[in-house]
Amino acid sequence: MPIVELKEVSAGYLDDIILKEISLVVNPLDFIGVIGPNGGGKTTLVRVILGLIKPFRGEVIWYQQTDKPLLGYLPQSNQNDRQFPITVKEVILSGLMSVKHFTGKYTKKDVQKAIEVLELMGIPQLANRNIGGLSGGQMQRVLLGRAIISDPQLLILDEPNTFVDNSFEHDLYELLKELNKKLAIIMVTHDIGTITSYVKTIACVNRNLHYHQSNIITQDQLESYNCPIQLITHGQVPHTVLGDHEHTHNHD
Amino acid sequence: MNILITMIENILSLFKYRFFDNALLAALLASIICGIIGSYIVAKRMVFISGGITHASFGGIGIAYFMGLNPVLGAAVFSVMAAIGIEWVSTKSNIREDSAIGILWSFGMAVGIIFIFITPGYAPNLMSYLFGSILTVSSLDLWMLGGLALVLIIVFTLFYHLILFIAYDEEYARSHKAPVNLIKYLIISLVALTIVLNIRLVGIILVISFLTIPQSTANIFTQRFNYIICLSILFGIIGSFGGLLISYYFNIPSGATIIFSFVILFILAKMIKIAQVKIRINKQFN
Repeated sequence: MPIVELKEVSAGYLDDIILKEISLVVNPLDFIGVIGPNGGGKTTLVRVILGLIKPFRGEVIWYQQTDKPLLGYLPQSNQNDRQFPITVKEVILSGLMSVKHFTGKYTKKDVQKAIEVLELMGIPQLANRNIGGLSGGQMQRVLLGRAIISDPQLLILDEPNTFVDNSFEHDLYELLKELNKKLAIIMVTHDIGTITSYVKTIACVNRNLHYHQSNIITQDQLESYNCPIQLITHGQVPHTVLGDHEHTHNHD
Repeated sequence: MNILITMIENILSLFKYRFFDNALLAALLASIICGIIGSYIVAKRMVFISGGITHASFGGIGIAYFMGLNPVLGAAVFSVMAAIGIEWVSTKSNIREDSAIGILWSFGMAVGIIFIFITPGYAPNLMSYLFGSILTVSSLDLWMLGGLALVLIIVFTLFYHLILFIAYDEEYARSHKAPVNLIKYLIISLVALTIVLNIRLVGIILVISFLTIPQSTANIFTQRFNYIICLSILFGIIGSFGGLLISYYFNIPSGATIIFSFVILFILAKMIKIAQVKIRINKQFN
């Protein structure tokens, strides 16, 4: 049974239709890389799945009827007030908001879980620090921790590598690979070169959505999907660049 | 030594006056209310919105005078409506929030002046609304302040984490299906009520200081929301009590002396912090 299905969804802002009749099925343990040009609707797609905007037409169907939280979300980073008086531990705990039914107190067990998540992110020493003192990479780790503390079925990441240092970028993808053994992931990214070694399938979003059932994609295919993205050429053979690229990334 | 004893006797003798007891109680309650709401305002950078609500409420005072109603009631209704209006406008992305606040800010003042001037007969003392009069608080004022303090303590204890998380990242809270709008409208209404009740004490011009200076002072020492609330209540009490005493001895309007002592506290705190940092840096070199 799928986790969520988008059925001929059209969505946008005010009277501007950005996504037109797109359909997508997300199954357990999927790892979907979402690519496409700026303004093509990648973030709109994410916001529709998150329920932050209501589609004009079509429907979003959630199939899992459990108490288990469905969603973890890592937003495009650095949009929030960095001087806001909140600690790292509190930000991580806020990932349990929907589980706590909003008035519940956070128990010792929850705090323990938060510490475990911080250890997984490699930043346990920051637990009681205010977010104001964090670097961009540290902040991104905190926000990823917030997204996974509830053990969601689906993790959505909107350009997780935007403000991240190189060392964390590699850790991040390895971590996602590990998480993908238990949950489905949808990741919006500009860095098409790197994603193909980790994602399983690719969704090209440019007002329409073309679902590509493989993590190897060629320039010709991108063009036929109406998805004008410049592939970064690493290999010798221009039309299988990303297949080749996958190889270059696996050695480390 | 004798001088000190006389001074303490003098201060203690103040408590013989009922009005001074009431003023102290009002200052205590205002410190609690403003400590809680002000911390939220400062954390969410809503100082300008709060200024807008404060001035808009003057429209309510004017209309209440014209209709022969209780001005505090008029101000309460008007400012809660203004607050909800601003909050609603700010969620609609096609209207610029700061411009909307500016319009409401001046419109409220204009409405107030118009209605007070067309009210026949007795013209109320505008000065008392602009600068407040904490020494003439009634027991009804005190009951209202006490009631609001109780409501705020209950709301912020029960929903502390929810309020904090929504304030920090509204969109994330929405993705968790948290009751974001309910909490936002509830709190902005409480902000409005806080402002209205404090206008009675320190006046329209000065109310914003009660909501920002103790909080900024607390923020010098801590970055944690719950500590900021507690510390700003403490600084609020120290500053307002000190201000009342200065007001009494030098016969200066209490609103001004309270704000003056808030600022003195702020400067002292800043100096202590700078000294602390210097000592810590020096320690690392030794």
